[in-house]
This record gives sequence, structure tokens and C-alpha cells, in this order.
Amino acid sequence: MDNNIIKVSHLQKFFGKNQVLKDVDFNVNEGDVTTIIGASGSGKSTLLRCINLLEKPSGGEILFHGKPITGKGFDPCSYRAKVGMCFQSFNLFNNMTVIENCMVGPVKVLKRPKAEAEEKALFYLKKVGMDPYIKAKPRQLSGGQKQRVAIARALAMEPEVLLFDEPTSALDPQMVGEVLSVMRQLAKEGLTMIIVTHEMAFARDVSTHVVYMADGVICEEGSPEKIFEHPENERTAEFLKRFNER
Amino acid sequence: MLPSDFWGRIVFILEEYGSSFLRGIGTTMLIAVVSTAIGCIIGFAVGIVQTIPCDKEENPVKWGLLSVIKFILTAYVEIFRGTPMMVQAMFIYYGTAMVFNINMGMWTAAFFIVSINTGAYMAETVRGGILSIDPGQTEGAMAIGMNHFQTMINVILPQALRNIMPQIGNNLIINIKDTSVLSVIGVMELFYTTKGIAGAYYTYFEAFSIAMVFYFIMTFICSRILRVLESRMDGPDNYELVQTDALVLGEGMHRYNPKDKNVSTNGDYRAQRAGNFNENQREGM
Repeated sequence: MDNNIIKVSHLQKFFGKNQVLKDVDFNVNEGDVTTIIGASGSGKSTLLRCINLLEKPSGGEILFHGKPITGKGFDPCSYRAKVGMCFQSFNLFNNMTVIENCMVGPVKVLKRPKAEAEEKALFYLKKVGMDPYIKAKPRQLSGGQKQRVAIARALAMEPEVLLFDEPTSALDPQMVGEVLSVMRQLAKEGLTMIIVTHEMAFARDVSTHVVYMADGVICEEGSPEKIFEHPENERTAEFLKRFNER
Repeated sequence: MLPSDFWGRIVFILEEYGSSFLRGIGTTMLIAVVSTAIGCIIGFAVGIVQTIPCDKEENPVKWGLLSVIKFILTAYVEIFRGTPMMVQAMFIYYGTAMVFNINMGMWTAAFFIVSINTGAYMAETVRGGILSIDPGQTEGAMAIGMNHFQTMINVILPQALRNIMPQIGNNLIINIKDTSVLSVIGVMELFYTTKGIAGAYYTYFEAFSIAMVFYFIMTFICSRILRVLESRMDGPDNYELVQTDALVLGEGMHRYNPKDKNVSTNGDYRAQRAGNFNENQREGM
């Protein structure tokens, strides 16, 4: 396929003797919004961290535009510049203001001129509704605001793919909404995203592709209608049933 | 003639030897400040090298090289932390002159000894400072494509520096006091000067009272200056909202006035905003 961006095949990951990922295969095409759902400890986050090389895969391979990212001579830094990531704990740089957080990547990594980086940063901060806060430091912001800045920081790098690792799990219910609506907007605009989430309503709403993981393997994947309405796998059905009961 | 009362003698000593005291203070401060600065640079360099991550299997050559360097640096830190500065001063200044015929000069020796001592302590402080930064900061930096060096310079070290500022202040104060041991190699700092002055009229109590006061003033001023620097680094506690939409700033502050057309149009805008907000809220449910 031409527009294939990331292809994961036979991915394995061990932490010591504990195998967290057992033979995971999946594809991400351009414009896809893939959500990964599943119970805690099923390997969702590890999968995402392997894709961004924050964890080194123990086996299998991940292809980025057909090139293996764990191969020799592959520069993980310039790869990460193209594959953005938002974390559960935001990880904003505490020593910088909001605007500096969004500028440091483009200026230091992409070597863009400062004025251009500032313009871009403002553009994306506006998009997430955080432009009034450009002079604030992360410690002065609420969780939802921090996550929106983190999204703007990732967007300022203009990545091909954006990974979200449980972006709303550390937020209280009132703040979840503001972050999800930003992400929904991005999905509408056609940004390729891989999202690990426990927000089932959101997953059903925005994704083009849903992956259900359990015990380090992909149990079932498909369109949101298929997964949420007619799950074929027993475990998927069981998992979703428990979620709906809550 | 030497006055008979305490205060009289103090005044007499100050009048007679004021300039000597000042020169002693200058020497002490110069050595302490410069050596603390150089020591910090050494400490940062060593601390950074000590925290370079390296995978043994991925890059065995780099790993081997790093291990050797780290061993040497650890040895440096342990040796200089583990021996008295006074002994080091004698060893380096007189010892090297006798055996290797290196005459490094008193000033060079003074700066060298104090710097390298501070460096040994600072290395551990910096290492601790780097380790104290949340690993999430490193991950955040890596996720936007920064390499180890860029991450250190832009994200980790500025935060580590802030965290270890109190310790840098400690080191500066310790150095101001500990330059007194350099008197054993003949550096004319405050202690050596005072000893000379005290011996001239046999006024140990008075001369050293003055020295105590001077030492205290020096350390106290330095600790205050460092406090100011720290709060400067923290930046302001408040921030300004940069808002082109003045309404948001004034939200809840306006009183409704039906005669004022501006307010009523604004009111519509606000209703619209409120509508959007509710929609957003629902999405999140």
C-alpha cells in the first residue's frame, strides 16, 4: 500500500523474563485514527512506546515508510521528530513557558528560524485554545491545560503521526472534555493518530480503526462499528460489556 | 601606643591595618568566587559524563570507553573528597616542586586546589541534581526528537541547576572559609593577614574578632545574593494572560446595561461561546 506509514510485524517485547508483547501485527495508513483499547497491563502503552522507540523492541520489526526503525543507520531522533507523542503525565518542560515549550522542538531539532517557530507555536496553541497562556509556566496550569499545551508542542513539530498514551487518564472528568474535543478536531482535519485510551465513547466516535489488546496480543481489530456493535471475539465482548456496565 | 580598652584596640588595628585586611578580604573572595565557578564547571562536566546512558550490547566500544572514563572520574571524586584540602595544598604546592620540579606559583596553586576540590563535591551534587529530574522530562524531550546532548542543555540541566543552587551556595560559603587553609602555602588571604596583624602587637582576641566579623559579612552577603539569584531563576509567580479577546479577561466583571449596544452584542458572542462550551462538555461525557 502506498499510503502506509507504520507497519508493525511480529513485535515482541520482554521486560526481563516477563513478555509484555507477544507477536503484535498492525498497520497504520495515512489519515487513520487508530485507537487501542484494552485492560490495564495488556501492553497498549508498551506498544506505543515501542513505536516511538522509547522502549527498544525485543523482537519483530516496525517499518516506517517501509524502513525498519530498529535497523542500523536509522536515526531515532529524526524519526521521533516525525512521530509525535503525548503522554499521560504531559511531560511539559518545567523550565520553560508555554510558548517556549512549543518552540524548543522546531528551533533546536528542526533548526527553524525563531520567528517562524513562534508563529507556528502560536498557531497551534490557538488551535488548542491555549494562546492566552503563552507566558505561563507549566506549574501554573491545570491538568487539562497542560495536556492541551503538550498536544500543541507535538503539533508544532508537524509530525506525520501523533501518538497519544492515555492522554486523559490523569485528568479529572471536567478536564477530559476539553482535551478530547481538541483531539476530535485534529481527527477531523485528517491527522494520523494512534491513541491508547480508556474513553470508549470517544474511541467509537473518532476512530477509523479500533484495536483491542489483551495479554500482549491483538485480540480483535476493525472498524469501530464492528468492534463496538458486533465484536466477534469473546474477550472483546466481555471487555466492552464490563465497560458498558459501569 | 596601643590603647588599653577592647574597642580602642579594635579601632587602632583597623586604622593601622585596614588596607591589609581589605587586601586579605579581596584575596579570599577572589579565590573563593573564581574557584567555585571553575569547580562548578568541572562538576557539571563530570556529572554529565557520569549520567551518559549507554547500552553495553548496542555499542560495546562506546560502553568500554565510557566505563574507563567513568572509573577515572569516580577515582578523582573519591580521592579529592576523601583527603583534607590542607594536605592536598602541601602535597601539590611543595610536593610537586620537590619531586617533579614544577613550580606552579602560589596563585595558580591556590586556584587549582580549591577548584578541583569544589569540582569533586559538585560532581556528586550535579549527578544528584540530574537524577532528581523526573524521567518524564527526558521522555518529553526525546519524543520531540532531541538527542541526549540537546535534552541535557535545554531541559535537564537548567532544571538541575535550579535544584542544586542551594548546594552551590553552600560550596561558595565553604570555600570562603576554607581558603584559610591556603595560608600553609603562603597565600595572603584573610586568615594569614590576620595572623600577621595579631602577632605584631600580640592582639589575638581583637584581630580575630575583626576577622570573624569580616568572614561572617562575606558569607552572609553571598548567601543573600544567591537567594536573590534563586528567586530570579524561578521567575514571577504570576503570569499575564495574553488575550486579544478582551471579553475573556473581563468575564463575569461586566454589568449588563441595555443602553450600551456594545455590551449587548458581546452578550450574544458570549452566549455563542457558552453554547460551544456546553457542546464540548457533552463530547467528553
